[in-house]
Amino acid sequence: MIPTLLTVLPALSTDDNSWITFDIPSLIQNFWSATFDGLTFGSIYALVALGYTLVYGVLNLINFAHSEVFIMGCYGVWFTLSFLGFGPSAPNLSLGSIVVNLLLALIVAVCASALTAFVLERLAYKPLRKRNAPRLVFLITAIGASFTIQYTIFLVRGPVPEQALTMFKPTPIFDVFGTIVDSQQLLIVIAAVIMMVVTERFISKSRTGRGIRAVAQDPDTATLMGVNKEKIIITTFVIGGILAGAAALFYVMKIPSGVQYNGGFILGIKAFAAAVLGGIGNVRGALLGGLLLGLIGNYGQILLGNSQWTDVVAFVVLVLVLLLRPEGILGTSLGRSRA
Amino acid sequence: MSMVDGPTPLHTAKADQAAEDREAVGTPPGSSAAARRKGWFGGLGEKWQELPRQKQWAVLIIVVVLAYLLPVINPPLISTEPGNDFPLACQTMAVWALVAVGLNVVIGYAGLLDLGYIAFFAVGSYVAAMLTSPDSTFLKIPYLWTIPVAMAVTMFFGVLLGVPTLRLRGDYLAIVTLGFGEIVRILATIIPAMKGQVGFQNLGHPPGLDAHGVPIFANSNGTPWYWLTLTILIIVLLLAGNLERSRVGRNWIAIREDEDAAETMGVPTFKYKVWAFAIGAGIGGMSGALMSGQVGFVNNQKFDVVTSVLFVAAVVLGGAGNKVGAILGGALVAYIPLRFTAIADYKYLIFGLALCLIMIFRSHGLLAARQQLLAYGRHAYNEVKARTDAKSAKAKAAPGKEASL
Repeated sequence: MIPTLLTVLPALSTDDNSWITFDIPSLIQNFWSATFDGLTFGSIYALVALGYTLVYGVLNLINFAHSEVFIMGCYGVWFTLSFLGFGPSAPNLSLGSIVVNLLLALIVAVCASALTAFVLERLAYKPLRKRNAPRLVFLITAIGASFTIQYTIFLVRGPVPEQALTMFKPTPIFDVFGTIVDSQQLLIVIAAVIMMVVTERFISKSRTGRGIRAVAQDPDTATLMGVNKEKIIITTFVIGGILAGAAALFYVMKIPSGVQYNGGFILGIKAFAAAVLGGIGNVRGALLGGLLLGLIGNYGQILLGNSQWTDVVAFVVLVLVLLLRPEGILGTSLGRSRA
Repeated sequence: MSMVDGPTPLHTAKADQAAEDREAVGTPPGSSAAARRKGWFGGLGEKWQELPRQKQWAVLIIVVVLAYLLPVINPPLISTEPGNDFPLACQTMAVWALVAVGLNVVIGYAGLLDLGYIAFFAVGSYVAAMLTSPDSTFLKIPYLWTIPVAMAVTMFFGVLLGVPTLRLRGDYLAIVTLGFGEIVRILATIIPAMKGQVGFQNLGHPPGLDAHGVPIFANSNGTPWYWLTLTILIIVLLLAGNLERSRVGRNWIAIREDEDAAETMGVPTFKYKVWAFAIGAGIGGMSGALMSGQVGFVNNQKFDVVTSVLFVAAVVLGGAGNKVGAILGGALVAYIPLRFTAIADYKYLIFGLALCLIMIFRSHGLLAARQQLLAYGRHAYNEVKARTDAKSAKAKAAPGKEASL
């Protein structure tokens, strides 16, 4: 046994040492473009992460099927835009009509995602809540629901990614440290941040938001105080769905050929990792975690020289965060965040 | 993290039994084979418990002999032919059953939801491949030695993953293990020594030639592989059964039912969680080595998270915490797509839907595990039952005399 290991171990390390290299000059050279791209991806993660965080805050449930809520939004975007005549090459349209088309796609995506989230909650989670099922049961149901939606899409649309759709040609806006920031990156980051700020304000200021926080803090007491728990839960799922729908538009904008039956899966896991990174159940944490995860993934990818590493780096970061600070960077839960 | 709710185990156990008996009469989900088995277990489960030890053994021996003869008999209705070679299908089912038994230790006994079990399966497969295939540059060892080596290596990986992550609670663990499953697959793609999609061909197999000079354990010859896997499965079952009834098993179930309470009662929860993880991982690695040995080819394509979820589906379908259920679940999940080839394309959809429906309507799985009875002492349950039923419970004493944890 020991001699076996002794011969195997050097072989593992000397056979080919090139699989992991640290390309620091490349990182320095591409630092700013990696940063801007990372922030763009980060905002998309953050929008999806909000869906996880809100549901987790209210129900203490990892809504595993949220990635499918997101991918339904992607299909909403894809169908709308193909219907409107978008194709692989950038359309030759005026700015006004592009904006109208994208808004239309956004509305369809938001409806598709919100509807999916709503149906999911009613069909899969509500029966379990009625039975007062343990948390593991919720989680397994969520996985089952995720599978069901994913492979329904698979059967309808097949395994191949949908035809790429380019929404508009990114134009350079300004220069930062010699790196061009284009209109696409700017649009995604600004729109995402605005949506998140609106959500945050909604949760902390509105009457419904107060209800959400109350249920997150203590469902029973909230019910006694006259909060309609079922309504709050539905609202939470729908808000998560709306944000996922918006994220879907930006995702298709950024990765035109990313619409695929299982396209949401890895993104969903990363978005969840982002939520945990920032502190699950914390709305601001989702934003911070999303942006951080986007940056870390991109830096890791450039440093290690292979796009496959993005996911590995993201997971390793997740494990490290959970080990060192299990409550996440910002930590506070939805219920405890103050108005 | 409990699969079964309830403050007082004995009460719920009785209620469970009643519910199970009621449901055994109704139409069950799943195939007809599942229905028969379920009905048999649901209705006659009690009688099985009441049989004397010798009769239980006699029945078990018959079942085992039938299991061994399965590919030889090739029963017409059950057979997967002409679509798929039946002995090979048996081998696949046995491997899946072994996987489910291993995962059952993690999910069913200790209540740790491991969504990355495929990673251990992959590690086992790669150990077998890299130590026997002529495509790899490592030293070569006889195939049969790779099974214990695969087990040892995967146990090591289990501990490696378990030590940092098992301090986490429930749901986080699920996500981290899922990530680990993905990482192993991605690493198999990135690391040149693991050969990505090209993979390893001509894996070794156990020695022996038949009369025509063809290896007995040829890749296309399922029967000897099935016998090998089945033998290992039976050994693992015996060991797992012993573990389940031992102090270790009781600690696992205490952790599953209520981790805080277990910790308070002096159970070193972390240590036992790592143990569950490592043992589960070892069984997963072993099944990976067996599977890849029979297939004779390993590359990075087979180890996706989707399969990992099917593993979980197998355990949950059979009834988490029940090893007979795990075998049934694993075999069914492998068998249904092979038998009904027309629906093979739909298998993910079917099992995804099945996961949801089982969780909503029958969260204990097809074979509702009498988990608490095993955990909290069948002995104690029998005493209570004997008192209420004014029946003798003399023949039912569990091997462990301790009634409490």
